[in-house]
Amino acid sequence: MEDATPVLELRGITKRFPGVLANDSVDFDLRRGEIHALLGENGAGKSTLMNILYGLYRPDEGEILLGGRHVSFSSAKEAIEAGIGMVHQHFMLIPVMTVAENIVLGHEPVRNGVFLDESAARRRVEEVARTFKFTVNPDARVEEITVGQQQRVEIMKALYRNAGILILDEPTAVLTPQEASDLFEILRTLRREGISIIFISHKLNEALEIADRITVLRRGKVEETVAAADATQQSLARAMVGRDVLLRVEKRPPDPGETLLAVEDLQVRDDRDLETVHEMSFEVRAGEIVGIAGIDGNGQTELIEALVGLRRPTEGRIVVGGQDVTHDGPRDLIEAGVGHIPEDRHRRGLVLDFSIGENLSLHAYREPPESRFGWLWPHRIVARARKLILEFDIRGGGPQTLAGSLSGGNQQKVVVAREISTDPRVLVAAQPTRGLDVGAIEYVHRRLVEERDAGKAVLLISLELDEIRSLSDRILVIYEGRLVGEYGPQASEEELGLAMTGGASQAAVRA
Amino acid sequence: MTEQAPQAEPPKPESPVPPDPGFAARFALWQRAGGIVTPVVTAVFAFLVAGLVVLATGHDPLQTYRAIFNGAGLNWLFPWVHGVARQTAAFNLQETGLLFIPLALTGLAVAFAFRCGLFNIGGQGQYIVGIVTGTQMGVWFASLPGPLHVAVAIVAASIAGAVWSGIAGLLRATVGAHEVISTIMLNWIAIWVGSYLIGFGGPFQDPSQPGVPVSRQIAPNAHLHVFWGNPLLQGLDIGFFIALAMIVLYWIVLRRTTLGFEVRAVGLNPDAARGAGIGVARNYFVAMAISGGFAGMAGALDILGWQFRLDVTTITTASQIAFTGIAVALLGRNTAIGTFFAAVLFAGLVNGTASRNLDPTVFPPELAGNLTRIIQGLVVLFVGADLLILYLWNLRRKVKRRRAVPTAAPVAD
Repeated sequence: MEDATPVLELRGITKRFPGVLANDSVDFDLRRGEIHALLGENGAGKSTLMNILYGLYRPDEGEILLGGRHVSFSSAKEAIEAGIGMVHQHFMLIPVMTVAENIVLGHEPVRNGVFLDESAARRRVEEVARTFKFTVNPDARVEEITVGQQQRVEIMKALYRNAGILILDEPTAVLTPQEASDLFEILRTLRREGISIIFISHKLNEALEIADRITVLRRGKVEETVAAADATQQSLARAMVGRDVLLRVEKRPPDPGETLLAVEDLQVRDDRDLETVHEMSFEVRAGEIVGIAGIDGNGQTELIEALVGLRRPTEGRIVVGGQDVTHDGPRDLIEAGVGHIPEDRHRRGLVLDFSIGENLSLHAYREPPESRFGWLWPHRIVARARKLILEFDIRGGGPQTLAGSLSGGNQQKVVVAREISTDPRVLVAAQPTRGLDVGAIEYVHRRLVEERDAGKAVLLISLELDEIRSLSDRILVIYEGRLVGEYGPQASEEELGLAMTGGASQAAVRA
Repeated sequence: MTEQAPQAEPPKPESPVPPDPGFAARFALWQRAGGIVTPVVTAVFAFLVAGLVVLATGHDPLQTYRAIFNGAGLNWLFPWVHGVARQTAAFNLQETGLLFIPLALTGLAVAFAFRCGLFNIGGQGQYIVGIVTGTQMGVWFASLPGPLHVAVAIVAASIAGAVWSGIAGLLRATVGAHEVISTIMLNWIAIWVGSYLIGFGGPFQDPSQPGVPVSRQIAPNAHLHVFWGNPLLQGLDIGFFIALAMIVLYWIVLRRTTLGFEVRAVGLNPDAARGAGIGVARNYFVAMAISGGFAGMAGALDILGWQFRLDVTTITTASQIAFTGIAVALLGRNTAIGTFFAAVLFAGLVNGTASRNLDPTVFPPELAGNLTRIIQGLVVLFVGADLLILYLWNLRRKVKRRRAVPTAAPVAD
């Protein structure tokens, strides 16, 4: 069935950026009708390699063979014409246009030389959809369809241009677990139809699930290319990080003490003034990690914002260490001892155009020794940063380096360092490992457990069930703004998954 | 083998250009790295294009620029300029210095608001409020000793400017009204209230000249000391040093105070600032007020330095100063040092193309003022299009590389 001659071959690709060797004589090949996963940590050179293939960068050394012939693309347009399609992490769609319009954009069928032939466009889109078994309404506007469907539109866009090779850049990063498994189904169909797929990811389990072969990049070099059947999560993690990685979090049994965070009958409204958190009550005690599991958009964001003072609850109480903080703002809550690792570190966690030092002092700047009577001592900010950079192993720059130039993992370390270094009593960690690679995830998890062991109350809100299950001492499930169940750490994925989709509450109602 | 790898060279593999260094990302990095190149290239481009315009009118651009340079008095800096030419140059340079004062201050006004993420285009109104207040303070309190009188007038004008822009800041902070709209509206209020106050029959009009819409003369002891040139011929006054001090103060406030830290944090990422417990609304108000303070001070220094009485036409033409101040801030990239150089540039340009300064045999002076506006407009355009400049900059490198390649290519053929 499989043709052994590669449809695509990259030989000895080298790409240098000022001060960085992004790709170091990389060899890579893709067979017809195969899914080849490209695995690596952030900054390992995956995107650079694909941008070279897609004609966005030119390699300093090396050659690209397409179907055995040498090619050299100087723009994405040439790559597309040669049959290479790329689905970026951030979709390149026009929200107000329909699915069909987006798909044909740039290659519109024309009537009389100038006019868009809408019916032909629709027909051809439907043709593509039929061939590859897509279910998307061609007349729907892109802004009205789900993220998963938008991704399908992106794929169809490539197929419409007769792509034989499809590059998917971190395709599951934006998807729910259900959408991800739908995507995998589509990819398998495409594979059967003879499309070759490069699947870029840093998630081990995904690569193992979908790929035929896996190539691991580390620091710009190919670490190994293996058949997925011969690889394990452990072996891939080792190749990615360069050392053995603890995929399971090691922790002692909890030793819960007094209640540090108590939430009573909390009601919160969102920006559209709709109540998204209903009469929620729970508590987190010193020395325990409580995980809140749930699918995105079930009230987590509003709950977090209420807990850290960014949103005023309409009803109920929030008590931190015996102190009522229900109506306090962010500053009061920081002073009451609530640390916050925000779910969106670019938007809320960091000032990307500030230096690492300034970001680390984003709370501390207003107190001695960093400042006195409104006068700021920049060298003390730097001194504080030096200490934290060492303590939290932040790599990629010194106190004066801009936070925006760090890798995602190191940016998150800056946030974690800032929030932990103020020694909070309660730590609200929202999606603390989103978008991080294996090594950084291990680090953040270890830090959270250390905080727990130091007697802090840790509230973990995450969409990743694995994370919730491996870290939490107790698991609460949130569904449509209500807590629908409490589970122990040994609860199964199925059990939690059912509760997260509202199954448990209905079961409870029926019972 | 694996054990030495993680520690050996930590920064390099972790700090590559972000995963997909798109054009904007690369540009941002590059800009942060250097910063000085873009404004310089921007200015050079503006002068080049304006030079083409001069050429199109049938004049020699090089000659014209030289005449503008001399008209600004910058040839005074050359030691070989002697005699009458040197006196003229000195006089011209004093004029340029006088223009530098309000341009630097209105530039700082725009720049400070920018640093907080606000676009203060109400420099005009704040300047007018400042100049009216400064004038009246100079007229009143004639019995105060000189330095104190000057201080009272300058402080009062700055406060007036701060109050004026503070209104826009307060509206933004409380109800979210956009400062661009509110400052424009405040500009018109300032223009017409100011015109009423010193216009015919207005309360501040000079009663001895009922036929002329001017204010009374300010008291002689409120005049700023002229340290260079003839006080009767608009020599350069110590307002110049006050403006320089304000540039330094601007830097100190932004870099050395918690206030500046908050302003910068809010300007760069209001969401993160709010999350860190920084009062975003409060900073909008404070930054806006400080911004207006600079513009108000500009008005006071103009009246105390060389105008001494306020004319209605000054109020209606104040827009030029304030809008040039926007160009100053844009070209200076909202930094203290950048504002200094941009203010020098625009002061020289405006003064050098003034009809009485430009050599009429080189370029018709009645067109020259328009040349200034063209250059000013081009600067604003190019600052907005600095991506384009980076693109051209990169193209230059590519061309170099291409030139290197063909020498090798024919061998392959």
